[in-house]
Amino acid sequence: MEFQAKELFAKHGVVTTLGVVAETPEAARAAAEDMGGATVVKAQVKAGGRGKAGGVKIAKTADEAESYARDIIGMEIKGLRVNRVLVTPATPPVEEYYFSFLLDRSNRSHLCIASVEGGVEIEEVAKTNPDAVKKIPVDALEGVTPEKAAAIVDEAKFPAELRDQAIEMVQKLWQVYVEEDATLVEVNPLARLEGDKLEALDGKVSLDENASEVRHPEHAQFEIREEADPLEAKAKDKGLNYVKLDGQVGIIGNGAGLVMSTLDVVAYAGEAHGGVKPANFLDIGGGANAQVMADGLDVILHDAQVKSVFVNVFGGITACDEVANGIKGALEILGEEASKPLVVRLDGNNVEAGRRILDELNHPLVTQVDTMDGAADKAAELAHQA
Amino acid sequence: MSIYLNKDSKIIVQGMTGGMGAKHTTLMVESGANIVGGVNARKAGTTVELGGKELPVFGTVEEAMKETGADVSVAFVPPAFTKDACIEAIDAEIPLLVVITEGVPVLDTAEVVAYLDGRSTRMIGPNCPGIITPDESLAGITPHTIAGKGPVGLVSKSGTLTYQMMFELKDFGFTTAIGIGGDPIIGTTHIDALEAFENDPETKAIVMIGEIGGDAEERAAAYIKDHVTKPVVGYVAGFTAPEGKTMGHAGAIVSGSSGTAQAKKEALEAAGVKVGKTPSETAELMREILRNL
Repeated sequence: MEFQAKELFAKHGVVTTLGVVAETPEAARAAAEDMGGATVVKAQVKAGGRGKAGGVKIAKTADEAESYARDIIGMEIKGLRVNRVLVTPATPPVEEYYFSFLLDRSNRSHLCIASVEGGVEIEEVAKTNPDAVKKIPVDALEGVTPEKAAAIVDEAKFPAELRDQAIEMVQKLWQVYVEEDATLVEVNPLARLEGDKLEALDGKVSLDENASEVRHPEHAQFEIREEADPLEAKAKDKGLNYVKLDGQVGIIGNGAGLVMSTLDVVAYAGEAHGGVKPANFLDIGGGANAQVMADGLDVILHDAQVKSVFVNVFGGITACDEVANGIKGALEILGEEASKPLVVRLDGNNVEAGRRILDELNHPLVTQVDTMDGAADKAAELAHQA
Repeated sequence: MSIYLNKDSKIIVQGMTGGMGAKHTTLMVESGANIVGGVNARKAGTTVELGGKELPVFGTVEEAMKETGADVSVAFVPPAFTKDACIEAIDAEIPLLVVITEGVPVLDTAEVVAYLDGRSTRMIGPNCPGIITPDESLAGITPHTIAGKGPVGLVSKSGTLTYQMMFELKDFGFTTAIGIGGDPIIGTTHIDALEAFENDPETKAIVMIGEIGGDAEERAAAYIKDHVTKPVVGYVAGFTAPEGKTMGHAGAIVSGSSGTAQAKKEALEAAGVKVGKTPSETAELMREILRNL
């Protein structure tokens, strides 16, 4: 979110105005009073297009700031509820620019995008006047040296009177990108204020989760728990790789690719069964022991939308008998709470032993199907009938 | 024949003495792969018995190569140390480096990939199952029991889909199956593998498995159109993935209109690649091609 991006900007010396985060209209009013009344009230959500959605308002007085905050807090922007606003002093820009560093997957390196022609309308500028949007590759080993920063500023054609400030800002933004392990650092708009001052008026930072895990424990503070789906939050607490979707067939599988594929196969199968869809992504990874399976089922069975569950495991390193024992153990752990039909497809390493364990278990909720497509069809059918 | 890896490959393991490293070194030895040693600076000079084989531990990749003639390294090093382990192997000029480690910071991988430029090492991964040339050698974690030797070349972003597809086509078998990994930045790409399979006389047809995120599949499609004469069958996972949600792999994310499964499928089909709706259907498309060869 913007206020978090600005905290990272400030930490690395990028010129910006932090403002005050307010969760109530009254708090917004108090903040605006401190700033002399003329303020900007901005919705804080992880989504672009906040202005167009009515989530950014310019207030002339503290009264207005309060009333705008009342409108904005609680509104939805791209499906996300706004829980807080950022109040900053109104500093109308003389000119607006665009600047970002991002991961360039295609070229397996980093890219700088800069334009002095457009701030918030950058996408429009990119369409109508692509030459005005400069894309400058950044070498992953060399990074942004003072010379590189100067070259970027010159190529983007920043006004001469802002050149030195721009060079400094570009270097500091690169510092944010590298030292915070970001995959995107965007300033939009980068504003030229009265008196030729350059300031990051709004920004966005995407952080690499791998790096946060490895060397940035402090990044955990940026996660705002109440914004997460409750089932996703629960799954995260249990260390599960879970994404909530909007369907009726719960999915458990091993390996990201196979689980994604399972969602697709269930969606196709659902076309013949009243249009039922996958309810979630859940990758239990390599070691599918009873506890992991129980944790996974526990999350999925608490999704009120779920009518059936499809467990799709290909035993590579994992043995199918371990997975079958995992399912058996999970059903014991969950007891009465296991209330929805389970369709299980096991294949690969030790499949006969795995299937035998489930055959012998003879649990009323468990159906085994030998193929992935067949099992998806069965799970969709059961979800549709329920 | 095969690509990148064969029966003569001599393999060392970086991080052999760690949990993952020891477990999978054992499995590689049991598969018949020629594992010749491991690297761990703190345990240099000792030996470790894995899979019934006494394996020497060396202080550096360079030393291990000198002593054993190794030409492949498989890395199971924890993510915080993966970058340094890669740079060490690249400096030692190891011909093939397979990085299994999951969770490597993407800035580290970007540095390593830039470092590879102009140097002699080929890197596969990170965050991948590695590479298997059935009945010859294994550098990675793919179960060697799924499928044997045959005419199909397989390249995939996903580990478990590699296994699934090998299983589906075990009646035909594979020259080489390579999992390139699902991270946003990787060493060996779909295009690299396609080029190698095209040049491998024993590979008669190629299966390419992609997933949402990035534009690697679109670029591979353009490459196939211009450079690949062998039949290619494709599969793309993630048609139902919503925008903005990361689906397990760090790279598997649809952002805006780019990186969707539909766009990838269309690009592949425009290049003459038959694309299956499910892994089974994809295998069936390949089977039809193989029957008619």
